[in-house]
Amino acid sequence: MSDVTMNFSVESMKRVELITVTGRIDSSNAAEFEGGLKELTSNGRANLVLNLSGVTYMSSAGLRALVSTLKECKKRSGDMRLAAPSERVAEVLTLAGLDSLFQMYDDDTTAVGSF
Amino acid sequence: MADKHVHTFPGRYDEIQRICQFVADGAAACGLDATAVFHIELACDEACTNVIEHAYGGEDLGSIRVGWHCVGDAFIITIHDNGRSFDPDAVPKPSLPDLPEGAPPPDIDDVKVGGLGIHFMEQLMDEISFSFDGDAGNTLTLVKKNV
Repeated sequence: MSDVTMNFSVESMKRVELITVTGRIDSSNAAEFEGGLKELTSNGRANLVLNLSGVTYMSSAGLRALVSTLKECKKRSGDMRLAAPSERVAEVLTLAGLDSLFQMYDDDTTAVGSF
Repeated sequence: MADKHVHTFPGRYDEIQRICQFVADGAAACGLDATAVFHIELACDEACTNVIEHAYGGEDLGSIRVGWHCVGDAFIITIHDNGRSFDPDAVPKPSLPDLPEGAPPPDIDDVKVGGLGIHFMEQLMDEISFSFDGDAGNTLTLVKKNV
């Protein structure tokens, strides 16, 4: 069974926000997850790197938050790229057929450097 | 018939993890491997989220009765609610990219992710069936084979 809580931290870099998320993302906290991301985009920060290596579980509620945020970033001429998605996250993205939607990188450095 | 384990949970999103734990513990006890347990957990999560969101139309408007048992190589889960029934065939399918390898990513605005819950259940479980009875309520049965 996966971790009970979600942790969300943001590191502001020159051109990119690096967000590290850990724990479990499901319908009980997907709104909080999406809200945290939306706060960045609504402040004009539309280039996001999301490190998902510590996400132990993600349901479709979490995926909807990812897609919604990606749409928001694109609308603002930015992008959201994924760094080191955990095996469980990668499986859920593939299952949903959404893996081709996101640019994915092996680590933070490569993902941040891609902008 | 093997013993059936049943528990009733409040219809709230913050109960979903407890529901998942209840079913995942059962699946592990029945000898399913970690990947199968994860698939069962995810399918139950999606099913119960749909009950709260669509059958009850919100949180704290009804309860969810969840049961599991093993029969031979099958792990069987039942999820019962007393909310609105629905036609599973009428649920819009998610509009997901189905691209050949090497193709550019699709336009994000063309992606519709509604209906992912049922899509996940169908993909992750070996059998899925709904029964609707106005008085008795709605029952979803999910079966995962231990192979």
